[in-house]
Amino acid sequence: MKRVALLGMPNTGKSTLFNRMTGGSARVGNWPGITVELLSGKILLGADMVEVIDLPGIYDLHGFSDDEQVVRHFLHDNVPNLALVILNATQIERQISLLLQLKQLNINIVVLLNMTDEAKKYGISIDSRKMTELLSMPIYQISGKYGTGYHEALQAITKALRYPTPGMAEQVRSQLEQDEHIETEMARVLKHAVQIPARLPENLTEKLDSVMLHPWLGLPIFFGIMYLLFQGIFLMGQPLQAGVAELLSWLRETALEPALSSLPAMLQGLLLDGIYNGVATVAAFVPIIVLFFLLMAIVEDSGYLSRAAFLMDALMARMGLDGRGFVMLLMGFGCNVPALMGTRVMRSRAMRLLTMLVIPFSLCSARLQVFVFITAALFTAQAAPLVLFSLYLLSFASAILTALLFKGQFKNSEPFVLELPPYRFPTARQMMLRGWQEVTHFLRRASQFIIAGVVLVWLLTNLPASAAPASSETFAGIIGTWLHPLFAPVGINEQLTIALLFGFVAKEIVIGSLAVIYGLSGTALGGALAQQLDWVQAYSFMLFTLLYTPCLSAIATLKSESKHTGYTLLAIVWSLALAWLVSFVFYQGARALGY
Amino acid sequence: MLWNNALTIEIFRPMSALTLATLRTGEIATIVSIHAEEALHQRLLALGFRSGKRIELIRKASFSGPLQVRIGTTDILLRRNEAAKIKVCKT
Repeated sequence: MKRVALLGMPNTGKSTLFNRMTGGSARVGNWPGITVELLSGKILLGADMVEVIDLPGIYDLHGFSDDEQVVRHFLHDNVPNLALVILNATQIERQISLLLQLKQLNINIVVLLNMTDEAKKYGISIDSRKMTELLSMPIYQISGKYGTGYHEALQAITKALRYPTPGMAEQVRSQLEQDEHIETEMARVLKHAVQIPARLPENLTEKLDSVMLHPWLGLPIFFGIMYLLFQGIFLMGQPLQAGVAELLSWLRETALEPALSSLPAMLQGLLLDGIYNGVATVAAFVPIIVLFFLLMAIVEDSGYLSRAAFLMDALMARMGLDGRGFVMLLMGFGCNVPALMGTRVMRSRAMRLLTMLVIPFSLCSARLQVFVFITAALFTAQAAPLVLFSLYLLSFASAILTALLFKGQFKNSEPFVLELPPYRFPTARQMMLRGWQEVTHFLRRASQFIIAGVVLVWLLTNLPASAAPASSETFAGIIGTWLHPLFAPVGINEQLTIALLFGFVAKEIVIGSLAVIYGLSGTALGGALAQQLDWVQAYSFMLFTLLYTPCLSAIATLKSESKHTGYTLLAIVWSLALAWLVSFVFYQGARALGY
Repeated sequence: MLWNNALTIEIFRPMSALTLATLRTGEIATIVSIHAEEALHQRLLALGFRSGKRIELIRKASFSGPLQVRIGTTDILLRRNEAAKIKVCKT
């Protein structure tokens, strides 16, 4: 199958075009010579199926950022039949250098000049016929967003693919090092074909930025926008999540339970409470992930994410992170899983790994449920809000501490030099595709792992068959007893230890598991907890719940995003160690003070 | 002695002391030279930073945050310590 590689600088609308070309059919896949996954899709061009690959946006073919190396290695090991180079017409005067670098590779190239409509507003006029002549490459003007010029471009691509692929010389790098030649040629082409006014007319972006990036108003507006996003995900996400849960339990009661009723009780339990609950756990994340990325697509495609980086960078730089990491950290307070996936906007791997190490400390909505239940049972109405607030503070503190401790380990070598794109309206199609892509990615990568984990915990809490579920005779109970010397110094009893094992799967089921363990539910369970535990023990349990591994889905996501088992283990071990240490210091400290 | 030397240079070559980081908001300057390590240098070149180019400081983020500069039609964010590696002269 012939291969078409999409190449261009960041912010050229390359991904929008890729999505238009491939529709929803894009898949992530591995390629020889590189370690990161790339999006690709198969489309019918003329009479042939062609594979289109979206390469990361780069500034420079011989640069040294992670992305630039990926593109270089890709081109070296998978010479495409055609390179489709997308240039942002508003920045033509510096984008052309990349095109000339690619031209030197001696591969088939079709050039698409994108955003020509926007360039016109800046008074930039481009004579594409003249440019075609000077560069001896086919050049087409398109608008990736509105689709104009798209069909002509597709025809040109189909035509260009009929030509044989010239072989690329082995010594890619040495060929690329002809900087001087490129600079003079660049100047020649620009001089003859492009006219740019000396001073750009003031436009909407500038007016918006004078408010959005205002020295005093910028940060309050940023937090306002974050709050709205957050609320948006909740207000829309919770009913959706509840709906999915209801649908699944309806399906269970009306179809699965009657169908499986003839099976032995043990097998029924495994199928329904093990595997089916695992599926339900995965399904519960689907609406949240779709919503999250619908909204993130707005923030990102509108150009606001770079502005958020500008506003928050002063604080984040000290922690070895950047402003975009802060956005993801905040979003993690809704749900860690999409926030972890969202770190893909960071192009430096080291910084991405550090951000992903920090995000799981964000107090997500599932943990909040546990805390609300326990504070209501054990603290007075006056003390409860303070207790919750202290947990939020601690959540931030642990994130900051983790970043400070590990920033040497994950040292970011990429300079913080970002382009600030003008504001753009995101298109609905782009948003939908993003949500769809992220959900399929999550389902493919994480679902098996999550289901296996849920089944494992079910087996632990239900075997051997003679023991009552979640009792101290089950394997979970035995592990709980076995772990008791470890948990006694932090004031967590054996029943709560079993609940923590459940909490490893998902924090949503911690209270449910306590109900099973104690054989009580609702206010009766609250009463039993209040009788058995004092506030020091309860707070210690909440501290541990806050800090240890958020959930199986988060682990699965950490693993699928980092593609590194050692890193995933580090994230688990570090959070467990920190959880134990903090609970230990608190519990022993409070006891020593006589509480 | 070292302090003395530095001071002498300041007095005799006032132009060289001016960097992108020392510009004030709204000021326009010309890039004289870039003194950055390989990776940063490459990135800056690719974004259009070249000696002789006009550069405008659009705004500075609060709390010593990054700078927003404009070269040609492109707006770029960079941190102050990176901007300090770019020597400029006022025009």
